[in-house]
Amino acid sequence: MSIHVKSMDVKDIIKEENLVYRKSPLMTDNVLSYCPGCGHGTVHNIIAEVIEELGIQSNTIGVAPVGCSVLAYEFIHIDWLQAAHGRAPAVATGLKRVMPDKYIFTYQGDGDLAAIGTNETIHVCNRGEHITIIFINNGIYGMTGGQMAPTTLEGMVSSTSPYGRDVSTMGNPIKITELVAQLPGTYYVTRQAVHKPGNVRKTKKAIRKAFENQELKKGVSFVEVVSNCNSGWKMTPVKANKWMEENMFVFYPLGDIKVDGELVK
Amino acid sequence: MKKEFRLLKGNEAVAEAAIRAGADAYFGYPITPQSEVLEYLMLEKPEERTGMVVLQAESELAAINMVFGAAGAGRRVITSSSSPGISLFQEGISYIASAELPCVIVNVVRGGPGLGTIQPSQADYFQATKGGGHGDYHMLVLAPAFVQEMADFVPLGFKLAFKYRTPVMILTDGLIGQMMEKVELFEQIPRATEFDQDWVATGKTPDRERNIITSLDLQADQMEKRNHRLQAKYKKMQEEEVRFEEIACEDAEYLMVAYGSSARICQKTVQLARDRGIKAGLLRPITLYPFPSNYLQAKAETVKGILSVEMNAGQMIEDVRLAVNGKIPVEHYGRFGGMVHSPNEVMEAFEEKIVKP
Ligand SMILES: Cc1ncc(C[n+]2csc(CCOP(=O)(O)OP(=O)(O)O)c2C)c(N)n1
Repeated sequence: MSIHVKSMDVKDIIKEENLVYRKSPLMTDNVLSYCPGCGHGTVHNIIAEVIEELGIQSNTIGVAPVGCSVLAYEFIHIDWLQAAHGRAPAVATGLKRVMPDKYIFTYQGDGDLAAIGTNETIHVCNRGEHITIIFINNGIYGMTGGQMAPTTLEGMVSSTSPYGRDVSTMGNPIKITELVAQLPGTYYVTRQAVHKPGNVRKTKKAIRKAFENQELKKGVSFVEVVSNCNSGWKMTPVKANKWMEENMFVFYPLGDIKVDGELVK
Repeated sequence: MKKEFRLLKGNEAVAEAAIRAGADAYFGYPITPQSEVLEYLMLEKPEERTGMVVLQAESELAAINMVFGAAGAGRRVITSSSSPGISLFQEGISYIASAELPCVIVNVVRGGPGLGTIQPSQADYFQATKGGGHGDYHMLVLAPAFVQEMADFVPLGFKLAFKYRTPVMILTDGLIGQMMEKVELFEQIPRATEFDQDWVATGKTPDRERNIITSLDLQADQMEKRNHRLQAKYKKMQEEEVRFEEIACEDAEYLMVAYGSSARICQKTVQLARDRGIKAGLLRPITLYPFPSNYLQAKAETVKGILSVEMNAGQMIEDVRLAVNGKIPVEHYGRFGGMVHSPNEVMEAFEEKIVKP
């Protein structure tokens, strides 16, 4: 007796009841410019989902940085401004001050936010602009080819710290997120990741809260996402995620740092 | 309607005019000799008068990028600074020009280079008219010579900025910024309530395409296209926006060219020269970019020589020479580094360099 096994078609799998993750309709069809394994695309999709679920597309303006995510405006289907390197918080301030009831967010890498733009970051958080900052910390300058970032860990190899970051001459990695949490103008500060489904869900909750907080007009909501840069780190995506868990999360522990204006713990 | 006159400093006139011109926002950072702009605005509470936003930024880098943000929402935005601060604006201005956003930038120039002095100067002419930041771009540059023009050029600046979607610079100096004169104030212009949905980033509504404000075109052919669009704008400005004032030019045999404070001084020199029987005239460019090149080109047929009188080491003279293209001698005179020439000093130079040879 022969058993006939009907081979399963992809179409049979793509069904509503099987849907765990999907591409948000607010993601455009443009081909992502990110390397396979990179976290930027996942965070983009989360932002698109949150905007879609809150129904705020017509009231949301994004500010894209200089860095790998300079082209974020190609991927999330909303109005955008593309800012100069590090200046996204100032651009967001200009937008928010003339449109106080719109949802304004910046999307920035660590070089953008914590090196060239530190002044703007600190002051937007100190003034307490009612905006959302999404901060992707991959510990490296991704776009320019893997140079040392302000967040690069001690001993970590990059193209401009080829023998590892020597903190005695190159300075220490900066925990900008803990720093801004100390400022009176931040209302919500959290650090998340997107390398596993559970983390993706947590990050989505955090980003949703960060957008909803804008209605309260109580200051900056700041979401750091610790992410990998497998190209810059010269690792496979799987190895990069493992290395991130074992090294990045030790120095940059995940979790809420400030909630509803109160420091956690 | 009764006319409204006030005695105001140039800087105060800019601030009052900004409120009256229906500006939506001012972002700035203190620097002498223009801090009165921000001080006057803070004192006037424009948020109560018109709803205009005023914010003291943490730096000029931040201020110009706040301008970028608010201008991207289609708002009328103005900022001001003085030379060292304007240097910090340059990256932002390049982005604003490339992204084709309107705004008004006031430079109350002081002596340089470096930290320089706080005294008046015209040493930022090159920076203002030739681009200033990186890339092929220009601002439209207006040069007021009176406190009255400090006020009037604000609404004019907004008009031109929106007509061409370009940054407009009001290039003045510490002399006009600090000097008090009688000003006739124009009536309040209401703030705009509707914005050009073809380009503003105010949130994508279902009835329009989404708008992206960027200065980036990774494809070089696209970037070239953007550059062509900018160049077409500059050409149109050259055809339609050249402004200048002629003082005793009609029968002039010798000409001075001077703008702003220096033009006020040269006005007196024209009198001195005429008293001595020299047929002197003065051309005062009001737009420095676009420059009144055609006028000077034509004038080169009838005058015998031109003195470019500037409070710098000789910058505008290059545009004057280009315009007359070697037809007649063009010389420079001016004090600089914060020093201001007197009408008599100009007279001496005029006789020596232009009339006598
Ligand atoms: C004023 C200026 N300086 C330097 C650069 C070059 N640059 C482009 S992206 C970048 C680093 C971006 O790194 P990061 O913010 O960490 O983002 P990532 O690319 O890693 O996502 C640099 C230095 C620039 N574009 N502008």
